[in-house]
Amino acid sequence: MVGAEDVTNPVAESTKGIQTPPAPPTNVTAKDIPNDKGGAVTISWGKSADDGSGAKNVTKYEILRSTKRDEGYEVIGNTVAGATSFSDNAAENKVLYFYKIKVLSPTGTAESLPSASTFAKRQWFNLSRLSLFILSLVIGFAILYFIERAKSEKGLFIRRIAGLEAVDDAVGRATEMGRKIIFVPGIMDMDSMQTIAAVTILGRVAKLAAEYEAKLEVPVCTSLVMVTCREVVKEAYLNAGRPDVYNDKMVYYVTNDQFAYAAALDGLFLRERPAAVFLQGQFYAESLILAETANSVGAIQIAGTAMPTQLPFFVAACDYTLIGEELFAASAYLSKDPKLLGSLKGQDVGKFIFLLVILIGAVFLTLNSVLGLNLPNLGRLF
Amino acid sequence: MDEMTNREKKTLWENLLSIDRRIIFIFIAIAISLPLFFKTSLKMPVSPVVQGVYNAIESLPAGSKVLISFDFDPGSMPELQPMAESFFRHCFRNNLKVIIMGLWPQGPIQANIALDKVFRELKEEEKAVKVPQYGIDYVNLGFTAGNEVVIDRMGHDFQESYPADARGTPLSEIPLMQGVRNYDNVDLIINLSAGYPGTQEWVQYAVDVFHVKLVAGNTAVQAPSMYPYVQTGQLTGVLGGMKGGAEYELALNRPAKAVSYMFSQAVAHVVICLFIIIGNIAFFTMRKRKT
Amino acid sequence: MRREVPLVLTAMVGITMIIAHFIPPFNILKDLFEDWFFIIAAFAIYLGISNLILVNGDKIYKKQKGWPFGLVVILGFLVMTVIGLFFSGGTSFQDPGTPFYYLYMNVYYPLSATMFALLAFFVASASYRAFRARNVEATMLLLAAFILMVGRVPIGYWFSDWLGDALGKLADWIMDFPQTAGQRAIMIGIALGVVSSALRVILGLERTYTSGE
Repeated sequence: MVGAEDVTNPVAESTKGIQTPPAPPTNVTAKDIPNDKGGAVTISWGKSADDGSGAKNVTKYEILRSTKRDEGYEVIGNTVAGATSFSDNAAENKVLYFYKIKVLSPTGTAESLPSASTFAKRQWFNLSRLSLFILSLVIGFAILYFIERAKSEKGLFIRRIAGLEAVDDAVGRATEMGRKIIFVPGIMDMDSMQTIAAVTILGRVAKLAAEYEAKLEVPVCTSLVMVTCREVVKEAYLNAGRPDVYNDKMVYYVTNDQFAYAAALDGLFLRERPAAVFLQGQFYAESLILAETANSVGAIQIAGTAMPTQLPFFVAACDYTLIGEELFAASAYLSKDPKLLGSLKGQDVGKFIFLLVILIGAVFLTLNSVLGLNLPNLGRLF
Repeated sequence: MDEMTNREKKTLWENLLSIDRRIIFIFIAIAISLPLFFKTSLKMPVSPVVQGVYNAIESLPAGSKVLISFDFDPGSMPELQPMAESFFRHCFRNNLKVIIMGLWPQGPIQANIALDKVFRELKEEEKAVKVPQYGIDYVNLGFTAGNEVVIDRMGHDFQESYPADARGTPLSEIPLMQGVRNYDNVDLIINLSAGYPGTQEWVQYAVDVFHVKLVAGNTAVQAPSMYPYVQTGQLTGVLGGMKGGAEYELALNRPAKAVSYMFSQAVAHVVICLFIIIGNIAFFTMRKRKT
Repeated sequence: MRREVPLVLTAMVGITMIIAHFIPPFNILKDLFEDWFFIIAAFAIYLGISNLILVNGDKIYKKQKGWPFGLVVILGFLVMTVIGLFFSGGTSFQDPGTPFYYLYMNVYYPLSATMFALLAFFVASASYRAFRARNVEATMLLLAAFILMVGRVPIGYWFSDWLGDALGKLADWIMDFPQTAGQRAIMIGIALGVVSSALRVILGLERTYTSGE
C-alpha cells in the first residue's frame, strides 16, 4: 500500500522479492499547457535517485493518469530514463486529472505520489505572442491607412529603382537586335511571394514585348507556375491589342529538378543568344550559373530576388539587380497604382518601428554594460 | 621602338582585363584537382559556432533521441555528406538514438548513403563496436511532401506527417518510436540543409513555436544567413560549408573527407585571389593610361 | 467567377491562418487547411509528371528542334520509375544494394554534382570581373573578400599562426558582425516586403497571379 500520508519519505509500491525496487520519482507536478487550444497538460517530476547508474538503474518512466486521486490509474505514455517531463495531449478540457510517474528498472518498479489535480483548458488568445500581435496590427493598419490615403492623395513619392526603369530599355534592345527576351520566374512554386512578385513583372515585360513585337520566351520550373504565367502573358498580349501574336508555347515547363533546369536554361542561352534576360524570383545555387552564362552571350540582365544568399551573385554578374523588397515593390512601381504605392508607405512605417526599437535597444544594452544599469532588454519583447 | 612597346603593353593589359573565362576555368580546374593527389595535414582551430554543434551532441546522455532532417540533394553532397557521416559517427559513438527524416525527396537516400559508409567503418574497426540496429538504434522515416507544414505538424504529432517509416512499417510497431509523439520527446534536432525547405524553416516553425534545440549543417553559401540565428540563440551551432565540416571532424578527432578536401579549397581560393589582384592591376594600369 | 473564387479562397485561408497564429481554437481550421495543402502538394508531383511527358512527347511527335533530348528525358524518367517501383524491393527501394540505389549513385548523383560543381568556375570568372576597386565601397568589398577567402581556409591559419591566427579571427569577426548586421537588415526588409505583399494578396489588391490587373 502506498504510504500517501508520509510526504517526506514516501513508501513506494513494491514488488516484494529479493531485489529492492528503484527509488520513485519525486515532486510530480502537472499543469495546463498555456496558450493552446486545450486538451494538453504538461507533467514534470524529479528523477529517481537511481536514474543514471547502479544495479537499479532506471530503464524508463511510465506516465499514469486518473480522474480519481487514489485509484483508476492507467498508462498514457512513457519516456526514456533521464527525462523529467511529458506532455499529455489527449486530456479532455475541464476534466480534473491526477498524475503519477512509475519508474521501471531491472530490479522492479516504483510509483511516485500523485500530483495535485489539474485540468486542461482552452485559451482564447496566445499571450506569448501578444507583442507580435500588436506589432502586426500596427503595421497592418499602417498599410491599410496609407492605401486609403493614397486613393485621394496624388503623386506619392517612390524613389527610382534602376532595375525597373531598365525594363523598357531591355525590351527595346531585344526588339532592335531581333533577338529573344528570356524571362525566368525563379525555381519555386506559386506559394512563394517572390514568384508572385516575379509574375507581376512578367506581366509588364509581356505587355511591352507585345507592343514592340519582341520575341518572349518563359521557361518555368513548375507546372502551376506555367499555368499562371500563361494566363498572365495571354492577358498582357490581349491588353496590348496583340492576341494574334501570343502562342502558348512561349511559356513552357522544363523540369522540377534545380540543376536540370539550370542546364536546360544554359543550353537555351548559348543556342538562342538572347538580347535580354530577366532573372526574377526565388533562386538558389543555380543563380550564378544562369547569370554568368547569360553574361557570356552578351545579354543585358535584370535580376531580382529576395534571397540574401543569392543577391551577391546577381549584383556581381548582372547589369541591374532588384534587391530584396524592391522585387516586392515592383508591382506598385510598374503600375503606379496609388493603392499599391500606399502599401509601400505602410511598409516603411514598419521599418521605422524596427529601426527605433533596434536603436533604443542598442543604447539600453550599451548603457547596461558600460554603466551597470538595469534597463530592459527590448529583444525579449518579441 | 617606344611606340611599339607601348602598344604591346597596352594590348597585354587590355587582354588581361577581358581575359577569356575559359583560361580562368583551366586554372581553377588545376587548382582544385591537383591538390587532391597530395596528402597533407592542415591545422585549423575549431570555431565557436562549430564547437556549439559538437557540445550540443556531446552533452546528450546515452539513449537520448536525435532527429536528423536531411534536406539536400546530390548537388550539395560534397559539402553536406561529410557532415552527415560525422553526425552519424558522433551519435552512434555516444549511443544516441537517431530518427532520420527528409523534407527533400532525395534526403532519406542521402542518409542511407551516409549510414552505409559509417556502418562499413564500424565493421572494419578492431574494437568490437556494435553496429546499430534498424528500429532500435535508428530509423528512417523517409520523405513527406509539405515543406514547413510538415515541421509544424510534427510539433503536435509525428504520426500526422509520418504514419509509417520509409519501409511502410507503422511507427507504433517500431521500438525506437515508442513514446516519441512530438518534439517534446526528442532531445536535439540536427538539420542538414542546402536550400528550401531548410534550416530557416526549422528555426521559424520548430524553434520559435515549439522551442526545440537545433543545430545545423549548411552549404557555404547558406551559412552566413544562419549567423543571426546563432547570435540570438535560436540555433545552438552551425557547420558552414566544407570548412565547418572539416572543423567538426577535427573536434571529433576523426579527420575524414572534409579535412582532406580543404587543401584543394585553400589552393583554389589563393588562385582566385591572384586572379583578382591581376585584374585590379590591369584595371588601374588601363585607367592610368586613359587619364 | 473565374477571378472571384480564387480571391475569396485566398482571403479566407489567409485570414484564418493569421488568426490561428494568435487565437488557438482556430487551429482546428488551420490543421484542416494544412491537410488540404498536403494533398495539393502531393498531387502537384503528378501534375509535374504529366507535364513532363506531354511537353516532351509533343516535341518528339512533331520532331521539333532538339527532339532527341526529349526522348532522353522520357526514357530517363521511365527507367528510374520502373526500376524504382518494380525491381528494387518495394518499399526498401532506397536501401543500398538495390538497382534504384545503383542508378541514383552512378547516374543521378554525378549529373547533379557536376552541375553544382560548375559554380566553382563561375564564381572565379564572376569574381575576376566584379571585384575591381572602382571606388571606396568596392575596395572595402574587395578587402573583405580577400580576408574571408584566405582566413577561412587552413592557408590563412598557416600565414597568421604566429600572430595568433589573426586572419582567421578577422574573418570570423567579419562574419559575426558586419556580415550578420547586413544579413539581418536585408532579412527585416524582405520580411516586411513579404508581409505587405501577402496582405495585398489576401485583401485582393494584388491580383496578377489570377491574371488580373
